[in-house]
Amino acid sequence: MSDEGKQLEIVSDQDVVRVRQLVRTVSVAVKLSLVDQTKLVTAASELARNTLVYGGGGSAEVATVNNGRRQGIRIVFADQGPGIADLDLALTDGYTTGGGLGLGLSGARRLVDEFDIVTDVGQGTTITITKWCR
Amino acid sequence: MALSAEEASRFAVLLEENQDTLVGIWTDRVAEGLRGRLSRTELQRQTADLFKGFHLALAGGATDLTHEPADELRAQLTELSSNRARQGFSTTETAVSVFSLKEAILPKLGDDVASLQDYIAFSAFVDAAALFTFDSYVRVREELIADQAEQLLELSTPVVKLWEGVVAVPLVGTLDSARAQVVMERLLQTLVDTGSPYAIIDITGVPAVDTQVAQHVLKTVVAARLMGADCIISGIRPQIAQTIVALGIEFGDIATKATLADALRYVLNKSGSRKPRER
Repeated sequence: MSDEGKQLEIVSDQDVVRVRQLVRTVSVAVKLSLVDQTKLVTAASELARNTLVYGGGGSAEVATVNNGRRQGIRIVFADQGPGIADLDLALTDGYTTGGGLGLGLSGARRLVDEFDIVTDVGQGTTITITKWCR
Repeated sequence: MALSAEEASRFAVLLEENQDTLVGIWTDRVAEGLRGRLSRTELQRQTADLFKGFHLALAGGATDLTHEPADELRAQLTELSSNRARQGFSTTETAVSVFSLKEAILPKLGDDVASLQDYIAFSAFVDAAALFTFDSYVRVREELIADQAEQLLELSTPVVKLWEGVVAVPLVGTLDSARAQVVMERLLQTLVDTGSPYAIIDITGVPAVDTQVAQHVLKTVVAARLMGADCIISGIRPQIAQTIVALGIEFGDIATKATLADALRYVLNKSGSRKPRER
């Protein structure tokens, strides 16, 4: 069961900020704890920036979900970029191709409860993350 | 239908002959549109100026707003929109100030077909003038927004002197690359100017510390260190601390504190300036 999500385009730095603000608003609405709010907002910020920088822009869809017992938030980041050739390497701490700290993707995975990534070279990348209320 | 040279001179004569009545009616119409937000005297002066501009342009034989005799008129229109934009009037309220001239002049024309044709041609000229105010208005607004964005950037990155030899940068809001650059420049310059050996970077006001923010802060700290200053990061709230750990960001041997007060106390203890009498 899930609510109709809200979709945002990610084509500029301002859009990353917009995604962050939307995620924060929804997090507050489903009553995530302050720590979980911050973790989810940070993860969304990382993935939105990855979508922009490595995926060449894409979209983020934020929706509330319910598994019968708990409420949560699901965010889907999708881009039509070059995709990730070596996923294991990309998920290694400290590995970066863009001059960052190399912790965005791997760190974001540790910040959320569910992390799912679908990617193929030339096929773009879709990342779905979920955070449940405790 | 564009204005012909002959029509232009006819209207120039018409304007000249009926100057006082036309300015009066025109001012009334504009005043209605602005609903008393500008004084009658000021409006009267503005419309009289514009009226002169129109008269000058038409008498000079301008059949199009871009022609040389209309230079004066264009300058006046630009000034009008720029004033209105700064005073917070809408584009409609600004354009109405010009459009109203058409209403004012209509009763002065006959009701034969030739007059109607004249009126349509004159209308096109006034419309062009009003559209010109639109463009100027938008341009002025955009300049205002750009100015404000720049001011905001300046405002949001102050470097303050907390104590003798201690400067602090309270970061508020989103730390993107542009702001991080400004912060670093300011901090390093202030370190040189004040000869301070200590700098505190306070991130209490940064809502989310992601890897990009962390990287910017780390780079600033390293740069400050290269210049011989010690950097302390303060304002690490519990939720930020947990997020940083989960992300796997290492702050290494950089001193971090929960609050700005803690950071200041730490620096003062370290430098010994809290006990000046014992020295």
